[in-house]
Amino acid sequence: MFRLEFRLEFRLEVWIGIACFSNVDIQSAASEYSVVGKLSKGKMNLSTLLLIILAGSAVAYFLGYTRSQQIAKPIGGVRNLAALPTYYASMMSLWALIPALIVLFLWSVLDGSIITSLVKSSLPAEAKQLSDENLGLVMSQVYNVSQGIGSLDTLGQEYGPAVSRLNSLSSISAKAMPVLTILVLILGAILGLRAVKPTNNARYAVEKVFNITLFVCSSIAIFTTFGIVFSVLFESLNFFQKVPFFDFLFGTHWSPQIAIRADQAGASGSFGVIPLIVGTLLISFIALLIAVPVGLMSAIYLSEYASARVRGIVKPALEVLAGVPTVVYGFFAALTVAPAIRRYGDQLRDWGAENDIGFLANLAVSSESALAAGLVMGVMIIPFVSSLSDDVINAVPQSLRDGSYGLGATQSETIKKVIFPAALPGVVGGVLLAASRAIGETMIVVMAAGLAANLTVNPLDAVTTVTVQIVTLLVGDQEFDSAKTLAAFALGLFLFVITLALNVIALKVVKKYREQYD
Amino acid sequence: MTNQSKTDNKSSLDAVFQDRAILAEKRAAALKKRNRAEKRFQWAGRISIAFGIACVLFLFTDIISKGVGAFTQTYVEMEITFDQERLGLTPQSSEKEIKAASFGSFFKRQLREKYPEITGRKEKRELYALFTSDMPLILRDMVIADPSILGTTQSISMIADDDFDTYYKHSYGRDLAEEDKITRLSEMQEGIVDSLAKSGAVTKKFNTILFSNSDSREPELAGIKGAIVGSILTLLVTLVLSFPIAVATAIYLEEFAPKNKITDFIEVNINNLAAVPSVIFGLLGLAIFINFFGLPRSVPLVGGFVLTLMTLPTIIISSRAAIKAVPPSIREAALGMGASKMQTVLHHVLPLAMPGMLTGTIIGMAQALGETAPLLMIGMVAFIVDTPAGITDPATVLPVQIFLWSDSPERAFVEKTSAAIMVLLTFLICMNSFAVWLRKRLERRW
Repeated sequence: MFRLEFRLEFRLEVWIGIACFSNVDIQSAASEYSVVGKLSKGKMNLSTLLLIILAGSAVAYFLGYTRSQQIAKPIGGVRNLAALPTYYASMMSLWALIPALIVLFLWSVLDGSIITSLVKSSLPAEAKQLSDENLGLVMSQVYNVSQGIGSLDTLGQEYGPAVSRLNSLSSISAKAMPVLTILVLILGAILGLRAVKPTNNARYAVEKVFNITLFVCSSIAIFTTFGIVFSVLFESLNFFQKVPFFDFLFGTHWSPQIAIRADQAGASGSFGVIPLIVGTLLISFIALLIAVPVGLMSAIYLSEYASARVRGIVKPALEVLAGVPTVVYGFFAALTVAPAIRRYGDQLRDWGAENDIGFLANLAVSSESALAAGLVMGVMIIPFVSSLSDDVINAVPQSLRDGSYGLGATQSETIKKVIFPAALPGVVGGVLLAASRAIGETMIVVMAAGLAANLTVNPLDAVTTVTVQIVTLLVGDQEFDSAKTLAAFALGLFLFVITLALNVIALKVVKKYREQYD
Repeated sequence: MTNQSKTDNKSSLDAVFQDRAILAEKRAAALKKRNRAEKRFQWAGRISIAFGIACVLFLFTDIISKGVGAFTQTYVEMEITFDQERLGLTPQSSEKEIKAASFGSFFKRQLREKYPEITGRKEKRELYALFTSDMPLILRDMVIADPSILGTTQSISMIADDDFDTYYKHSYGRDLAEEDKITRLSEMQEGIVDSLAKSGAVTKKFNTILFSNSDSREPELAGIKGAIVGSILTLLVTLVLSFPIAVATAIYLEEFAPKNKITDFIEVNINNLAAVPSVIFGLLGLAIFINFFGLPRSVPLVGGFVLTLMTLPTIIISSRAAIKAVPPSIREAALGMGASKMQTVLHHVLPLAMPGMLTGTIIGMAQALGETAPLLMIGMVAFIVDTPAGITDPATVLPVQIFLWSDSPERAFVEKTSAAIMVLLTFLICMNSFAVWLRKRLERRW
């Protein structure tokens, strides 16, 4: 029981701790350096404070335990209490823990914004007139000065009062926070101690808290989805204010370079997503061309023909392919497969030139061909297709096979004409899931496919994909107001919608056309 | 009449037999065809499997053959005289003085004296380039560690430069045509290496640098220690967050959740999140954790958050399966004995489901360990020389290190990349085999 309680508390601690970490620095997101500095400072305080709270709730646990034993003595032992001593103890530690954590959390969240608004009031008059953006800049400079980065001279002496106000406020806050938290902790423990009564069933309270914790944990999945949708949607809307939606969706030219100066030539930036879609589909198609036949046939062979021993060896061996990280496939594609394809292509061209075969003589293989990325991606999703098909083939009841054999069909005829049609919805669902996998795959294409957005369906040319562009646009420094960065979020939205749609359709297909045998 | 009918009968019978014979022939032919189709079908299955296995083997042999060289490093044994006058140091010199001494020119002069015949400016530079550019610093650190070596002559194993290393490992002493040689050394440099090797001064040792150094621009000094530590820190954050949350979610959905719209919605969300491309989670991390909450870039903390959200569905789904596998009789017995719902779950169901949950968690962690794309988004691709000391230090992880190195043009980095991949795969294989072992060992069949 104690172990459980401990775990419960620990989980709470961790979550609140994270919430605190993430909020310590909202006010100073402007300068990364100061953020890191402040975070490490804030962490020192917070982690010690969290430790103190944890220790306090542990003390409360033991207090509650001994107290419940005490009150049990005069009434004839623990069995006359409404709940077991451990529940009283847990209740007490929760009484101590939760209010203290709430105070700590609220303080950390509100601390920054309250201090900022207070400091703003002591800014010089002309600074108050500034626009929001410039005000934020000034504020971050004030923060920097109070951190000791940069001096007041460069900022201007008139900011002196603001800086000293900030200093005094943050030192007050830093002192008041632990004092208040610990006070609340003690107060909570005292209140909890009063609730340790023989007639009060502490188990109800503890179970209630436990239940709420479980619910909160499970709702994280919802929050994640909302987080994805809102973060992607919000930035995309910003993007569509700069680039018209239909230009994005139906444009055939993609070159996301934005002119830095207005008079710069050839860098106006065009965001037509069609070449990316074509590239993505081309590579995914090649991948499925490899993965679907190979995966399906291996699944059929393993479930219908292979002996248990062969199955026991081959199945895990194929599953190895699923466990290899995508970055390894990317390396393999870029350094082994792509050069090999290029070499064979060159040989074929030379041979074609010697023998006067026109189309071969003009063969040009790009060193970042879609073929290489597609092939390797196909190998990657073989086990995915094979295990999904394996499941659906095994779900076809034996009676169907027996009936078919009884009519004199061979094994392959049974598979082709009875089992496969019965398993088809599941197989189609599996292929759709594999397609969504291929479309969303990132590392292989980042490493092996090109950056040039060619609108082509020639697998020997270099193409680029949606995921490649997301990565290229977002790796490195970025500002959140340039169309280049925002374009990545629009692509992300596009990718999210496509993969989600594929998954939903796959599930629908499986559900709707599944044969009911029972 | 009778004769007539007899012959008629006979001929019709003949016709029947003939028909049957033709039919039998046709059937035999059809059967042959069908059996051939059967064989073809079986072979198609066998070939598919063979193709899959061949891919596994080819992938692994390719990586291993490329990477095995990186586990050794070439050293050159050389006598270095720590001349007090030249360095301007005495055994009594303080650390500060030693740090200020010019070891660079000292080292170059030592090399020039070894090869007095080399006079040209370009040749001299080529001579220096045979050794790693950090050699003077290594000599300096030796003097700082033990000032009494000043004035003595020490035999020092010097780290060879990556071009030297590659040449010595792959081309030296082999009868190769000029175009097959893997080398970027000039002819003069090759001559020096050959004569050094003949004198027995060149040795290959196990490459400890790979495991004791972090990233570097010099291939011979680059190691994966920082990346491994970064991976461990990131995974720790992921584990600490995802395991409790996933288990709590699984318990709630399987044991407590009422059948209503919210529960359905949660389930739909979990299933959909399992299929969301990982790069989208990177976008989420960038927009929410970095842009909105202002957390620093490139730190294991944020990496852990993102990977937690990514692995949660995996762990939740396998934890739910584990809870489902616990037979209802256990619950009924506990409830019948007067245990509360929570006591039933925590004292009886959870311990029985734990092996399955742990297996799912390890598999989720393996997935997180190999993940690259979302970490690129949150800036864990920076070139970081220091080993991270905590979860808020800038760090990189092993797969990202692989990605970074694979972009480097030096051949030696190809070798290092493959070696890093081998280390990563070793970790993954260990984790997955542990999960399999755990499942076999602890899981009970009801």
